[in-house]
Order: sequence, then structure tokens, then C-alpha cells
Amino acid sequence: MRWLRRAVIVAIARPIARVFTGADIVGREKLPLKGPAILVANHASHVDTVLLLTIYPSKALDRVRPAAAADYFLKGRLMSWFSRNILAIVPVARDRAGSGEDVLAPAREALAAGDIVLIFPEGTRGDGEEMSKLKSGVARLAAAFPEAPVTPIWLQGAGRVLPKGAHVPVPLNCTVLVGEAIRWGGDRAAFMEEMRVALEALKALAPPQRWA
Amino acid sequence: MDLIARAFAAQPPALLWGLGGVLGVLTLAVAITAVLPRLNPGKDYTNLSQRITSWWVMIALLAGALLLGWVAVLVLFVVISFIGLREFLSLAHIRPEDRLIVLLAYVCIPISYAFIAIDRYGMYLVFIPVYVFMFLPFAMTWIGQTRAFLATAATFHWGLVTCVYNLGFAAFLMRAPLTDHLPAGPAGLVFFLLVATEANDVMQYVWGKLLGRHKIIPKVSPNKTWEGFIGGWATTAALIWFLGPVFTPLSGLGLAVTAIFLPVAGFAGDVTMSAIKRDIGVKDSSALIPGHGGLLDRADSLIFTAPLYFHILIFFCLRDF
Repeated sequence: MRWLRRAVIVAIARPIARVFTGADIVGREKLPLKGPAILVANHASHVDTVLLLTIYPSKALDRVRPAAAADYFLKGRLMSWFSRNILAIVPVARDRAGSGEDVLAPAREALAAGDIVLIFPEGTRGDGEEMSKLKSGVARLAAAFPEAPVTPIWLQGAGRVLPKGAHVPVPLNCTVLVGEAIRWGGDRAAFMEEMRVALEALKALAPPQRWA
Repeated sequence: MDLIARAFAAQPPALLWGLGGVLGVLTLAVAITAVLPRLNPGKDYTNLSQRITSWWVMIALLAGALLLGWVAVLVLFVVISFIGLREFLSLAHIRPEDRLIVLLAYVCIPISYAFIAIDRYGMYLVFIPVYVFMFLPFAMTWIGQTRAFLATAATFHWGLVTCVYNLGFAAFLMRAPLTDHLPAGPAGLVFFLLVATEANDVMQYVWGKLLGRHKIIPKVSPNKTWEGFIGGWATTAALIWFLGPVFTPLSGLGLAVTAIFLPVAGFAGDVTMSAIKRDIGVKDSSALIPGHGGLLDRADSLIFTAPLYFHILIFFCLRDF
């Protein structure tokens, strides 16, 4: 299935993403090419996941796996097949959080296997303007894999191409800004704050590709 | 091989010589960027070499389209207009309610170029400036958001006229009737427009770097100087005067008018688009072309020179259009 995923992303998704977003990227050389590694990004649209997969250097693409809500992405046979084989998601059973079940187990397994796991710490898609509060699951993963770099990524404009609730994508330029990786330092609150500051700093550098 | 040889043999010799000349200039530029770091070891020339690499790609695309004929040029300019309009609408002040209008604005691109494809000059002239001008604001009323209505309608119109209507004139030159004497064919007309416009950009930059002292328009473009403007103007005017007759039917007064006004139009396009970027708060319109910025950063002067050149040609030479 690996060849199929590569073919779909490189030959189909990449040109489509270029038409709809322009796919400008700043700091591409800062993307980790080896796992275990964690990518953290803001989230405003399904375009986010596709855009990140299509701008990723081809040689590391097989390793990149977006964490995604199991209740949404594993719903129905077709969607489930697509999520597992093409997107290669790491399922997160967010509806079972707090039930005592370890919802991060699949993410841990992926990191242990040397994958690059993409996490949207807001937990859900926002309005594309302000970041909502960041959930601390990513800190627990970073604590479990302190050797894994945590690379902050700001995705500007994707919320305009396909906002939450919209069905027709509209071509508008997006910019992906990649920051310097941060590392787990031993304190959860300090780590979360460092991550939030890093994302806000990237946001401040982003071109004004936003609504008036 | 035989096929390629025959395809080249069918081209006007002046066009092939012109394209060869551009390749020569570019090769010279590569040689200079190879030597410069040795003369000045401390300085960073990454941007310069990026710029020149991007020139290779842009020239390959344009030259390929010119050799293939009007359909290829039309398709290339549809893509250029789309990317330009996408850059413009992405940065301009557009309201969240306007997503549908953005989509409609893109739909205007193939319609506008379709009038070039069926060679209906009159319809092309009025489609965007008259009919889209009325229709898009009317479509905005369906959405019903009246906050910043006029400013938004004007923004859409500005984007469409600059990125689609004005740039389209360059593609329309490919439909120039052969009954008029064209020394290098229709492709020669487009080739010369591109060469004169880009040479003007480059020469204004070079003269500005060499002699630039007195700022010409500091609040909009702090790096532009009188020396760069006048030096670029004189160099480009001389280029047009001596090479114009090789590629175009222009001569005498028509050629003089082109030589005088085309460099001014290029400068005007450059600084007018700069003022818009400054208003929005960006330096580059995107990062599409390494070393240059966005498509609109490269095509800003062409947005003003293409219609001017087109209408000078019509007024003085192409009477059958």
C-alpha cells in the first residue's frame, strides 16, 4: 500500500494542493526527515493535513502520519480505508479520553516505530484566526519520547480555502511556516507554554492571507 | 529530430535569433554570477543566482509557448492570470462572506480568454471592464453583506483588470492578422514586448545600483532612484529604437512613441503595484518564484506595458485588428 499512498500524494494531491493553495513554504529545511519526531500545527481546515503531506520531502513521506480523530476518520468503510491507507492516520479515540483508556497508545506505537507524528494540539478545527487552547496530550508524548524533536508549524490561510462546514474549496494562497524544533525539558506547563509561544511567533511572521 | 528541425525551420528567423540572443544574455549572467563571489569573497550572492535560475525556468516556459503558437501562449497566460489573481485576492481585503465571489472571479478568467480564442476583439474589450464590472457587485448583493461593499467591489475589479484583462493583451497579440506585415510573426510581437518590459526592469535596477542617489518616490519604493529610472528609460528606449523594427512592424513615429512611453509604463506598473503591497503590508506577493517573490512581483510592469504596447501597435500598424 505504501506505493499507492506515495502515488496518490505525489501525483494527485500535490498538484491539486498547488492549484488551491500555492503551497508556499518557509523553513522547509527545518522539517525532520527521521523519526521519532513530532510535528505540532494549528488547525483550521481539512486542507491542513493534505497541505502538510504534499509539501513534505518525498524521501520522508512514508514516515509522516497525521494523528486524527477516530470518531470522524474511521467512520464508514470508504473513509476508514482512505484514512488508514492513504492518509496513514494515527487514530485518536478522543471520545474515550478520560475513560481510563490510553487514547494515545497508537501515537506512542508510531513514535516507537520511528514515525513522524503530526499533531493538531487544538484538538479540533478552529476558525483560522485565533488559536484555541492547546491540549496537553502532545506533552505526554514528548515526555515519553524526550529524544523526539517537536517541530512547530503554522499553517496560514487554509481555513479560507475550505473552512469548517464548507463543501466547495476556493483557491487562495496559503503559507506553511516551519519553526525551530523544541525539546521536552521535564516540565509539562513550561513545555506547553514554549510550544504556544513558538506557534504564535510563526503566526506573527505569516503573510496577511486572512479575511478583512 | 527531423520533426524538431522542421518545426524550427518554420519559425521566422528573427524570432529564433531573438531567442538565441536571450539565451546568450542569460549565459553571460550565469558566467558573471560564477565570477562575482571570487572578486568579492565576503558577499552573499545566493539571491542573485536564485534569480537567474528562475529566469531560466520563466524563459523556457515563455519561449516554448511562443514557438508552439497562439494556443500554447493562451494556455500559459490563463495560468499566469490565475496565479496572479490568486495572489492578489489572497492578500487584498476580502470579507469572509465573499468566498463565492472569489470563485466567480476565477470563472471570469476562462471566459475572458475565450474571446481571444474566438478572436473577438470587441467583446474582449468590454467583457471585464463593463460586464464583469456590473455583474460581480450584483452577485455580492445576493450575499447581502453591505459592510465595506464598495471597497470590496473595487478590490475585485482591480484584481480582474490587472491580472486578467491587462495581462491578456499580451496573449491577444498572438492573434495579430498576418495581412499586416509582421517581420517576426505574431510571436515576435509578444517576444519583443516581454524583452522590452523585462529589460527595462533589469536596466532600472542596474542603473540604480550603479549610480542611484536621488530617491524618486521614497514613500512607496525606497530603493527606486531618479538615476535608475532615467538610466533604465534611456537604455530601454535605445533597445526599442534599434531592435523594434526587427520584431515589429513599428517605424518612425510609432516606434518613437513606443520607445518613449513603454519604459515609463513599466516603471508605473512597478511602483503602482508596490503601493498596493505596501498598503497590504507585504514585500512580496508570494514565494512562487525563488529570488523574485511572487508572480505579481515579476509581472507588475507587464500589467501596464501590455495594453499600452497593444494599442500603440493597433493605432500605428495593425489596422485589420
